[in-house]
Amino acid sequence: MTGRNPPGPGRVPPEPVQAVKQRRDAVLAALVGGVPYIRFLGIVFDRRGDELTAVLPYSDHLLGNPDLPALHGGVTAAFLEVTAIIELSWALLWDEMESGRLDAARLDPENLPRLPKTIDFSVDYLRSGLPRDAYARARITRTGRRYASVRAEAWQDNRRRPFAQASGHFLMPSREGDGGTTA
Amino acid sequence: MPEMDRSTAEGFIAALPHARALGLRVEAIGQGRATLSMGWDARLVGDPRTGVIHGGAVSALMDTCGGTAVYSLPEAEGTATIDLRIDYMRPATPGQRITATADCYHITRAVVFVRAVATDEDSSRPVATATGAFTIDRKGEP
Repeated sequence: MTGRNPPGPGRVPPEPVQAVKQRRDAVLAALVGGVPYIRFLGIVFDRRGDELTAVLPYSDHLLGNPDLPALHGGVTAAFLEVTAIIELSWALLWDEMESGRLDAARLDPENLPRLPKTIDFSVDYLRSGLPRDAYARARITRTGRRYASVRAEAWQDNRRRPFAQASGHFLMPSREGDGGTTA
Repeated sequence: MPEMDRSTAEGFIAALPHARALGLRVEAIGQGRATLSMGWDARLVGDPRTGVIHGGAVSALMDTCGGTAVYSLPEAEGTATIDLRIDYMRPATPGQRITATADCYHITRAVVFVRAVATDEDSSRPVATATGAFTIDRKGEP
């Protein structure tokens, strides 16, 4: 039994689900769509609540060795790095977005909040990337005021058989009145 | 065995679809050493407000450069990246060409250890450095 008293006067009704989805999708689209390099690779993001999955649809220009054929190692590294940065940026914006302080309607590439910068990024190639779609997810393992650590993993046909994993450190954007940091 | 010449290296790069897509150019090639460059390109930008190239594109340049350095070894027939770590020192200046040089600094029977440095037109301040381990397939071995 989860019954509650009926809402009294002055109680705020929950936000319609379509409004919530629209706001989140608009922020994500602004975050991703503003970066030319993400478009160049063709990466798109699938969102379920706050969970993001990066999708890299296969395309011939992503190949390294065409004889095997295999995805270019640089593409794999870039895919994981993009996944990590978007995950971190998304987490940074989440509270502002949900509270409504971030106006999704006014977000465009020129008006995005400042995003984290990569300090270092390390990629392990576990097996060769096949000429198929690839997927990746990132997990923030530590986040602080100035630095964050993020892990990411990419797979293709089998979620349990990743073809690459990565970990990286990121410099968080400086906040107003923070004294400022530059990378 | 003869040293790899520039046209062989250019052929190696031209055979990689993604290296072509990035517009990579061979600048110099020696035994176990390669210099490749990537011109500034609006498609590779990571921050549209500044025009700075995305770190991922620099990673792709570093990885290709490391692989080319391994492939330039006289005994190498093929190679693949085992791991690659990139340190980003500063954003590359927008509009400038990024040049990376990779060196094979230690070679074992199955693994080559590679270091690489990338700069823009100010070659005194690195944009990024990388260290990686690459496999080596040796000529005449299965």
